[in-house]
Amino acid sequence: MDKTYLYYPGCTLKTKAKELDAYALQSMEMLGIPCKELDEWQCCGAVYPQATDEIATRLSAARALEEARQKDCDLLTLCSACHHVMKRVNHDIASDADIRMKVNNYSEFETPYAGETKVVHFLEMLRDTIGFAELKKRVLNPLTGRKIGAYYGCLLLRPSNVMQFDDPENPYIMEEFLHAIGAEPVLYSYRNECCGGYVALDDPALVQKVCTKVLHSAEQKGAEVLVTACPLCKYNLTKHDSGDVPTYYFTELLAEALGVKE
Amino acid sequence: MLVDEKGMQEEVIRMSGTEPKKCMLCGKCSATCPPSMDMDVRPHRFVKNVKAGNIEALMESESLWKCLSCFACVERCPRGVEPASLVEAVRLLVIRQQGKNYLTADDIPELIASDEEIPQQLIVSAFRKYSK
Ligand code: SF4
Ligand code: SF4
Repeated sequence: MDKTYLYYPGCTLKTKAKELDAYALQSMEMLGIPCKELDEWQCCGAVYPQATDEIATRLSAARALEEARQKDCDLLTLCSACHHVMKRVNHDIASDADIRMKVNNYSEFETPYAGETKVVHFLEMLRDTIGFAELKKRVLNPLTGRKIGAYYGCLLLRPSNVMQFDDPENPYIMEEFLHAIGAEPVLYSYRNECCGGYVALDDPALVQKVCTKVLHSAEQKGAEVLVTACPLCKYNLTKHDSGDVPTYYFTELLAEALGVKE
Repeated sequence: MLVDEKGMQEEVIRMSGTEPKKCMLCGKCSATCPPSMDMDVRPHRFVKNVKAGNIEALMESESLWKCLSCFACVERCPRGVEPASLVEAVRLLVIRQQGKNYLTADDIPELIASDEEIPQQLIVSAFRKYSK
């Protein structure tokens, strides 16, 4: 419980998604979870480099992971994309000798890094360090009667053999979180389908199609709002909702329930 | 530059770290792929074409720019093939060529100016996917 988390915010949480970051930190303070931001960090690159010969694009993640090892901390992530990149690059370094060797050759760490750091998403921290039962007890303003759809999207869940976040086809961690803060989770079938991601820049019409499916699916089941951990999901869904089902960061609702939302 | 199709096929398989020979053409990847209907070469046919060594044709495919990297195909393939990794490898073959970036740094200021809500994450991820 007392272990300090080393927090990796990522580029967007310091700019367009300041709420995601600020509400998380206020909530952690309230919950008494020790947490410190990495001294130095760079953008993780936002997408996982799938090609096995991409080394440079794995290095910023490797540096953050290595710093966490040096400080003997778990690396705490919040943005779904950062979490995805950290977790998969860490897995590559641990499981692929060629990638491990090349990353270390470039990075010249004092001690070679072999994937020792544990990468923990904020929701996993709530579940495993505090526990949802305990969280429920700490809630001052339960969100009673609020019908909320958890939007998982892709990056927290897939590929499940590496991410090991939750059941990839029937995830439940966010619903448990919503229960804990007193809300009524709404299950809908598109909660783990894609929002369109980066294709928004090149083909907004395609992104509109996929977002509309997600939003319709949630609305049909009676969701009043959606929650996400990803700034890009929030951007895409917000751009294509007709105002009926707005999307919030889950940390904003957490802060509200804990009574620390300013 | 890789001259022959055989060499290109080997390169794609090596980069992707996945084995298209395992594919049984069940079509599950295409059935689950959100932009499948907007693709000229849907995921199962993409895998089939890598297996057949038709890499040059794939390098012309619109599918390279429609894939969302959502990993639904990777998660749901019953044979452990990673169609998304093959799409990524072919996309890299294209953009690693001189002058073949799909998005350039010069395009960015205008894109940002067009919508002040655009998160950094969107610019960075598109740039990583479309530019070398
Ligand atoms: S799901 Fe897998 S086995 Fe089926 S067609 Fe796609 S790649 Fe081939
Ligand atoms: S990763 Fe690409 S090819 Fe695979 S299902 Fe998603 S969009 Fe389709």
